[in-house]
Amino acid sequence: MYQYDAIDKAFLDDRVSEFRTQVQRRLAGEMTEDQFKPLRLMNGLYLQLHAYMLRVAVPYGTLSSAKMRRLAHVARTYDKGYGHFTTRTNMQFHWIKLREAPDAIASLAEDGLHSMQTSGNCIRNTTADPRAGATAEEVDDPRVWAEAIRQWSTLHPEFTYLPRKFKIAITAAAKDRTAAKTHDIGLSLRRGRDGSLGFEVMVGGGLGRTPYIGQTIREHLPVGRLLSYLEAILRVYNRHGRRDNNNKARIKILVAQLGTEEFARQVEAEFALIDGSKVDLPDEELARIRGFFAPPAFATLPAVSKVFEEAKARDPALARFARQNTHAHKVRGYVIVDVSLKAPGETPGDISAEQMDVMADLADRYSFGEIRVTHEQNLVLPHVKLDDLPAVHAALAAVGLATPNINLISDIIACPGLDYCSLANARAIPIAQDIARKFADPDKAEQIGELKIKISGCINACGHHHVGHIGILGVDKKGEEFYQLTLGGSGAEDAEVGKILGPALPAGRVAEAVDQLVEVYLRERKDGERFLDTYRRAGLEPFKEAVYVAAY
Amino acid sequence: MSQLIELRAGRFTEAADRFPFVADDEAAPAGDIIVSLARYQAEGEALASDGRRVGVLVQSHEAVEDLAYDLPCIPVVALSFPKFRDGRAYSSARVLRERFGFTGEVRAVGDVLREQALPMVRCGFDAFAPADGSSAEAWAAVVGRYRHVYQRAADARRPAFEERAAGARVLATAEAGHGL
Ligand code: HEM
Ligand code: SF4
Repeated sequence: MYQYDAIDKAFLDDRVSEFRTQVQRRLAGEMTEDQFKPLRLMNGLYLQLHAYMLRVAVPYGTLSSAKMRRLAHVARTYDKGYGHFTTRTNMQFHWIKLREAPDAIASLAEDGLHSMQTSGNCIRNTTADPRAGATAEEVDDPRVWAEAIRQWSTLHPEFTYLPRKFKIAITAAAKDRTAAKTHDIGLSLRRGRDGSLGFEVMVGGGLGRTPYIGQTIREHLPVGRLLSYLEAILRVYNRHGRRDNNNKARIKILVAQLGTEEFARQVEAEFALIDGSKVDLPDEELARIRGFFAPPAFATLPAVSKVFEEAKARDPALARFARQNTHAHKVRGYVIVDVSLKAPGETPGDISAEQMDVMADLADRYSFGEIRVTHEQNLVLPHVKLDDLPAVHAALAAVGLATPNINLISDIIACPGLDYCSLANARAIPIAQDIARKFADPDKAEQIGELKIKISGCINACGHHHVGHIGILGVDKKGEEFYQLTLGGSGAEDAEVGKILGPALPAGRVAEAVDQLVEVYLRERKDGERFLDTYRRAGLEPFKEAVYVAAY
Repeated sequence: MSQLIELRAGRFTEAADRFPFVADDEAAPAGDIIVSLARYQAEGEALASDGRRVGVLVQSHEAVEDLAYDLPCIPVVALSFPKFRDGRAYSSARVLRERFGFTGEVRAVGDVLREQALPMVRCGFDAFAPADGSSAEAWAAVVGRYRHVYQRAADARRPAFEERAAGARVLATAEAGHGL
């Protein structure tokens, strides 16, 4: 895992002092709220319905146990004892006091954490495949490149006042677990026909009011030119992105207006003029970064673990957990363990300080001190021995972290909605809880299989509803909370924006409607089809009929 | 005459502005001036032939590339920030410095606030017309807040990866010296 050196540390310390000065000037009345707002936003400090919210960056979703313990400490000391993981793999604290914010940030910096560039019209935290370094599917470790981007984008002087926020995701596996095509830039590492490593570069994805799926502008960018190519894209966007209307300022609008080809042409023209030797990292720095991501000291183990097989035969709960929440590891005898933050009745993505500490301890004992955060608001222990799985499962179960529902119907993404967010039309969390309750029977959930439900409390789409297999969007109808359902979206490698099912439904009808959709699927599905596949084959009609006709 | 903060040889000082801006509908007074890009393109040569030096004000939506051939004769390019959130001028400044090798003054005008001082300096600005009444001292303090930077820009600062490489070379030499 990347370790901050003296330079990285000094940088964070300087940032903390800068922010402290800014808060002091604000509290002393030397700055108006208008002047202060952009400065606090550049440090991830938002003003929400009830209090300030602090968004902490988790670079490429990678946490060490020490960082997790630090988050727990901040949750206890400056918040109400819990935090919330977001779809951008960051952590949000919802109850921060302005006066204490510099102390909270200083505390985070002690373990190399920060809240820089988690808001504002700058390059945000780059996200990466949560299984990086653990899955055999990848052609390279995407974290090496994500770290290169972290450094390059940190306080980039030219790109701090972009037309709008800018998000980059990076994956190195064919199966996309980063929602790359919903990002301003999605990067997919591939090997070319000649064996060389390159990036497929996709631009102009984004959700919000006008959803777009990212378009490929380069099939195979040589890896060593990544930063200069990003610089070219960002410069074209910085100069030509719209600034007259906030709703049209994202790069997706520029790409759509110019057309993908013309946008690509402008980027290539700019790229040709950039002196790569000044921008791209020299090999020695890349090698230094790569060194931090060297594989940990894996043991040589048999493919089958007797300890695990025996425990599994005794304990159906463990067997279910292993089926739903573990995935093949590249090293024999190890598994990747997904830890669900979607326990029935809880807020998706929420985690208590106690649970954070348990995760840190488990990482130390069983996963080389590593934890990952997924964009689906769950956690991952990337390197667990099969032999240790029974112990890990028991420890997770003891603190309510063993919900065996990864990728199932109750593994729902939901934004904070009207419970916290000042922009919301409707609540999102209680809807997620309703659905989870309706499908609490784990056998039924398993029978339904992969089904991604995503809920946003308003059109800003923080909950990714456009790309949910079932998307749920909160709308306001004459002061009442209603919900618009969409079907057939996907945020993965087969990305697509969902289609509207029909008129919005009142809150009390949503879970029932989801049930009706599921019944249609179970009736119509052919062998091995996921909900999404059945929808793609059968179309919207049978689903629509079940919800709107059969019901009345 | 309005006040400017100038960055000369690494030092920030306050100075009187020797290049007043003359609007398109005003007659040009004697002495050095700054005019709009449109006016420069229409009348630049005539204005300069009267023995004065003529700088150009480029709006944030205008392309500095349009000045490419004239740059050797231009003493000042003023880049406008209509709002501090409008970051186009940062790109313009880098293009002027790094692509065209412009060595004259690059001046920030408009909604120019002290909290923006660091990115401005890094992108190649060396004169500032602050809208918030900042002193040269305050400006220098903001610019000096960070001991390290991560990327190369139009200033002379060494990015982190170069500092690291230099550090590693020093170490390697030291170790070689000790016969390790
Ligand atoms: C509660 C306070 C929040 C506010 C005020 C807020 C505001 C917004 C706004 C205005 C947008 C639209 C930006 C655009 O389309 O250009 C947006 C997008 C987004 N937000 Fe939030 N958000 C909040 C919380 C969250 C949380 C908790 C998450 C994660 C669960 C989140 C994840 C996202 C994502 C992923 C997008 C990007 C959608 C896209 O690609 O366009 N936000 N947010
Ligand atoms: S989608 Fe809307 S309601 Fe939900 S967090 Fe984003 S802005 Fe708030």
